[in-house]
Amino acid sequence: MSEIRNFTLNFGPQHPAAHGALRLVLELNGETVERVDPHIGLLHRATEKLAESKPYNHSIGYMDRLDYMSMMCNEHAYVRAIERLLDIEAPERAQYIRTMFDEVTRILNHLMWVASNALDLGAMSVFLWAFREREGLLDSYEAVSGARMHPTYYRPGGVYRDLPDQMPKLAESRWRKGKDLERMNRWRQGSLLDYLQAFTDDFFDRVDDYETMLTDNRIWKQRTVGIGEVSPERALQMGFTGPMLRASGIAWDLRKKQPYAKYAEVDFDIPVGSNGDCYDRYLVRIEECRQSARIIQQCIAWLRANPGPVMLQNFKIAPPTRSEMKDDMEALIHHFKLFTEGYCVPEGETYAAVEAPKGEFGCYLISDGANKPFRVHLRAPAFVHLSSMDEMARGHMLADIPAVIATQDIVLGEIDR
Amino acid sequence: MIEQLTTLLWTLAKVLMVVLPVTISVAYFTYFERKVIGYMQVRRGPNRIGPLGLLQPFADLFKMLFKELIIPANSNRFLFLLAPVLALAPALTAWAVVPFNDWMVLADIDAGLLFILAMTSMGVYGILIGGWASNSKYALLGGLRSAAQTVSYEIAMGFALVGVVVLAGTLNLTGIVQAQSGGIFSWFWLPLLPLFVIYFISGVAETNRAPFDVAEGESEIVAGFHVEYSGSAFAVFFLAEYANMILISALAALLFLGGWLSPFQGVPVLGDTILGQGGLHWFLAKTVIFCFLYLWFRATFPRYRYDQIMRLGWKVFIPITIVWVMVAGVLRVSGLYGG
Repeated sequence: MSEIRNFTLNFGPQHPAAHGALRLVLELNGETVERVDPHIGLLHRATEKLAESKPYNHSIGYMDRLDYMSMMCNEHAYVRAIERLLDIEAPERAQYIRTMFDEVTRILNHLMWVASNALDLGAMSVFLWAFREREGLLDSYEAVSGARMHPTYYRPGGVYRDLPDQMPKLAESRWRKGKDLERMNRWRQGSLLDYLQAFTDDFFDRVDDYETMLTDNRIWKQRTVGIGEVSPERALQMGFTGPMLRASGIAWDLRKKQPYAKYAEVDFDIPVGSNGDCYDRYLVRIEECRQSARIIQQCIAWLRANPGPVMLQNFKIAPPTRSEMKDDMEALIHHFKLFTEGYCVPEGETYAAVEAPKGEFGCYLISDGANKPFRVHLRAPAFVHLSSMDEMARGHMLADIPAVIATQDIVLGEIDR
Repeated sequence: MIEQLTTLLWTLAKVLMVVLPVTISVAYFTYFERKVIGYMQVRRGPNRIGPLGLLQPFADLFKMLFKELIIPANSNRFLFLLAPVLALAPALTAWAVVPFNDWMVLADIDAGLLFILAMTSMGVYGILIGGWASNSKYALLGGLRSAAQTVSYEIAMGFALVGVVVLAGTLNLTGIVQAQSGGIFSWFWLPLLPLFVIYFISGVAETNRAPFDVAEGESEIVAGFHVEYSGSAFAVFFLAEYANMILISALAALLFLGGWLSPFQGVPVLGDTILGQGGLHWFLAKTVIFCFLYLWFRATFPRYRYDQIMRLGWKVFIPITIVWVMVAGVLRVSGLYGG
């Protein structure tokens, strides 16, 4: 009799549930998963090496492209590392803007997560509903930076520019006109802050909508409860951070434990799960969406009341304004120097981390005193989470693999870097 | 000789009169699906080709026809090409015994319900063979899942139909509808409510539609059994799936909702108007309701896992149907319903 062997299945890299270019080699016993072997590196772009070959302020844009679901949070970690080495601090208003946009980013990421997780488990409608809200938030990205996905908005010493006083309105087209257009432009009559205020006021109801579709849905619970359970001890041992850790019952959040930007000044709660399964991670992330909206509203209130500079006035680090450049030779020289050779950063090393939507996103920076970093290392939360793939998926069914991939909230951009 | 020829031609014409409308319904069912799900998902669905996007199904059809039919190198060529045919043929054949109203039926045979059961179970061979002949791991898994699923739900579905047969006392579909005559409360949905629900859910499972679409399993096994199919062969699988969906909807209307009978039958005022009279319009309206349910399910529910479907079928549906078949027997013997 011939030996019975397990079925090996190549899951990805071109697979609808692989969330990018992830390749899993699955060993299946029938439909039961015996072993999962993630193969990464298909999206490797040498971000760290690229950053070493460029002046400090030229690499911010690369950070957007790491975890392309939470762009500004990545920038934040990198910019904070530079600021630490330079020993500067952004003006208060810039700090509030960063706090606000970190949370906008968190909602963006979690919406994408709930959307793709639902789609992976077959619930199609939530996907498109969540994208409707994402669209609204990407418009706010566009309003401040001009780009919807890769803003490069945070700069060492502040943010690129102040929030716009006028939210751009949608133009009329063949498909968007009359009442529809009026409805879509209703929130866009005032400033960006008015827009975000209207958005967040409405957002709580939208989150309730997603919950109606999923939270008490029997099938949803059957598909997520008890899948990919991680005990608190194991979660710590494997280096989990963010919602993955909190769902296992450990209330660890850098925004509370090591506050940066203005997180110490705003009021919010960190939701914590108890079972550490896919369902708890879902609940934690949904609740984080609500908390983020709360933080945004507090930031909006502060930003309305306190105008001020959003960039340091130190022209050795931050570029002068465009209008100053037109009639001031010094300003022109500063601008030229900043955008050609950048600035030299004092010798030293630092690690700056932010609570990105996926977990702790950190930037470890070593400077040898030149205008380029000697070494940049990026701590990507999804990389750590993906390492636990085998442990989380072992013994489950093939259909649970998409659930586990989705629950880890991985983005190959930051795993492969 | 001439007589035989006319009979043959007349039969062919009748076959065309059933097959063509079914095919066109399938085309517009896909359009309906995209529109309905579109509006449920705050978007518009197809709206570019033709007025309101009404020509979209034909655009899709032509696209499929002009695409290359790729046959994988390691596949079993004969079975690979046979599979779509095996899927489509029973899906269309089953329509032969479906009565559209009291005289519009292609073959009014006495074993109509048995014929339907036979044909709907045949459809799985197409899927199974397609999954195996593709020689792809994903397709194989899809085929296996489909086979297991069909076997389990066939039983629940069969028992649900036994309840109908017990009350109606006939296997002839026209007879079953006539046995329900007398207004909305004499239809079989009332005495057979659990069987009605189980029948339709099993029907959804049988046609591999959401939330039971594990054989296709978009996010797990990509497209399951038809992952290797392209072009017109893929279109044929698609056609079979949708023809089956409409068939299940039509059967639900016939067996539990009184087919072409009017719900207002016997109501004094409405009795004489078109609303009170039975006819094709009622049959179509009821069928569309079930078709809509299919789409509603798809837009709402996440997908079941394979083992959960099995559990639902064997541990929930089959016991309930067995019990309710007995209840139906009691109803019949006690003279409350039927007979």
